[in-house]
Amino acid sequence: MPDNDAIHAEHLTRRFGELVAVDDVSLNVPRGQIYGFLGPNGSGKSTTIRMLCGLLRPSAGRATVLGREVPRDSESLRHKIGYMTQQFSLYQDLSVRENLEFMARIFTLPHAQRVKRVREVLIRYDLDECSEQRVATMSGGQKQRLSLAAATLHDPELLFLDEPTSGVDPQTRRDFWDSLFEIAATGATILVSTHYMDEAERCHRLAIVDHGRLVAEGTPKQLIHDINALVLEVEIADPQAAIRYLRGETFVKSVAQLGAHLHVLVSKDTHEPENLVRHVLDEAQMAATVRVIPANLEDVFVTATGFRQREPGHA
Amino acid sequence: MRDSLLRLLAIAGKEFRQLRRDRLTFAMIVGIPLLQILLFGYAINLDVRHLHAGIADLSGTQLSRTLIAEAQASQVVDVVAQVHSAAALEQLLRDGKISVGIYIPPDFERRALSGERPAAQLMVDGSDPTLLGVAQGLMNMPLTSRDRLPQQKPSLFEVRNYYNPERRSAVDIVPALIGVILTLTMVLFTAIAIVRERERGNLELLITTPVSTIEIMIGKIIPYVIIGLVQVTLVLLVGAWLFHVPMRGELVELYFAALLFIAACLGLGLLISTFAQTQFQAMQLTVFTFLPSILLSGFMFPFDGMPLVAQWFGELLPLTYFVRLVRGIVLRGATLSGMMEDIYPLIAFFLITMILAIHKFHKRLD
Repeated sequence: MPDNDAIHAEHLTRRFGELVAVDDVSLNVPRGQIYGFLGPNGSGKSTTIRMLCGLLRPSAGRATVLGREVPRDSESLRHKIGYMTQQFSLYQDLSVRENLEFMARIFTLPHAQRVKRVREVLIRYDLDECSEQRVATMSGGQKQRLSLAAATLHDPELLFLDEPTSGVDPQTRRDFWDSLFEIAATGATILVSTHYMDEAERCHRLAIVDHGRLVAEGTPKQLIHDINALVLEVEIADPQAAIRYLRGETFVKSVAQLGAHLHVLVSKDTHEPENLVRHVLDEAQMAATVRVIPANLEDVFVTATGFRQREPGHA
Repeated sequence: MRDSLLRLLAIAGKEFRQLRRDRLTFAMIVGIPLLQILLFGYAINLDVRHLHAGIADLSGTQLSRTLIAEAQASQVVDVVAQVHSAAALEQLLRDGKISVGIYIPPDFERRALSGERPAAQLMVDGSDPTLLGVAQGLMNMPLTSRDRLPQQKPSLFEVRNYYNPERRSAVDIVPALIGVILTLTMVLFTAIAIVRERERGNLELLITTPVSTIEIMIGKIIPYVIIGLVQVTLVLLVGAWLFHVPMRGELVELYFAALLFIAACLGLGLLISTFAQTQFQAMQLTVFTFLPSILLSGFMFPFDGMPLVAQWFGELLPLTYFVRLVRGIVLRGATLSGMMEDIYPLIAFFLITMILAIHKFHKRLD
């Protein structure tokens, strides 16, 4: 079975001194899929990716990538994987074309193929207009496309993308994800970390990580279906006052304000949650309209990360 | 093997391209040698001249005036004060107004003629070690009116100055300066070149590619080898042109010695780069190795005159061997085959630093 999976990790753990950055993570990433890593900053996403690339040694546990043990056999994987680092890591003082030529040489593509591939990615990632421009003068979105172009020059079987879209505008992010699906369509596997809900929703499969632990795993649909909470929408005149009352109740797991509404998560085993909420607010002399609504991925995320996430995330 | 060479060339080519665009580094490549050769060539002057002197001539005779005139004519001293007592001279010396005081007692002429006791007194500011040497020079100063003095004893030795008969400091300093300049620039440039890639995150990307540690390291130092050789040429040309430094040995042998020394410096730079986390740390570590190199290599002070412990430290520094080699080849016309004992340590230093650097530089982040 591990051979059918692009990535197979068992009990992967990484400690930095006292800090446990990645805590007993086991996962399987099927080939040809876009696999999302959703988690807040500092949840261990980058550390996990770095271990899978062979950049960091696990403190415990083991992983195989494309059927090869890492970090032991990571050198033999170099031609098969592409890696896009969280921070831009190409050369600012070189031009777009020079950076791509350099990476193509590092992967020792033969001359004819090098010329062909550089031309292809320049066009595919809409960089041919600025190919002679120094990278330092380019926008965040352009740099991000260049990074992806460089990571895919050698047609890797597996792409690691570490928060590739942080700090770029929504339209650019959408275009970027269209590119990812094009790459996946050629049979490549993509492991992408993000903290954007809309991006997580587009993944084939998803792992939610929090404080180094894998807290939920599955397809987005499945995760929403299996959510361990009920979601209520509360319409009320003074949402801020209502939040204070609701947060005092033990059956209420999370309250978040979305515009004029409140988004309330309650335990799944709560009986007649609408009535319960209405009752609490009635006692506080606040008239409210309460109804159960379908959960979304953000609710899954809030539930899975132990209801710590109170503020509405990026959606 | 072929792939390895291609990747190495890719790194070297990229490094060259970046260097060409980095105006500051480019300016330093030419600027540091020029500045240093002008500074050291002109400012460091071990033949001391024009010292401020005070004179107390209590004798006031024809002979004493001759003595003063000759001391001035030697250009070693410039008389800046005339006083009338030894105490006044001491005061001037203490205040730093003069470095040398010449006290001529009232019975100067009688003493000079009898030759039993020193005729006059020279007060020297011993807080500056080089000044004592001057006193030596003045003591041996001949008086033109020698015929009136008793016959002086002939010296035990006659000194013949080989290789630098005019005793010009620049001739000693400029060839060795090649080593000093290379120590500073080569170590600094390589250390920074690697640390900068780490700081900017380039290395994190590079180590997930097929490129190996050795390829990264060799690829990154190739451009600096060429820069080092350009600097050697620059110093030799400026040295010959401004300071008339001779070239008595074989130019090819000098370049070979320089190449070995450059390799040793680059090895050290690479080793530093594996310790330093930031460019600032790399700079600090470079200075940390640079100062002992200047002080203990024999560039500044005669190596054989240093305390034994200092000599042991000096023997650990590549500059020590290069200073010997370059002075030998340039000034004495020595050949490399005659100086193998200074070649081997350079090769050993290069190999040891390279092995340590490659060993310490993992293709990992931890």
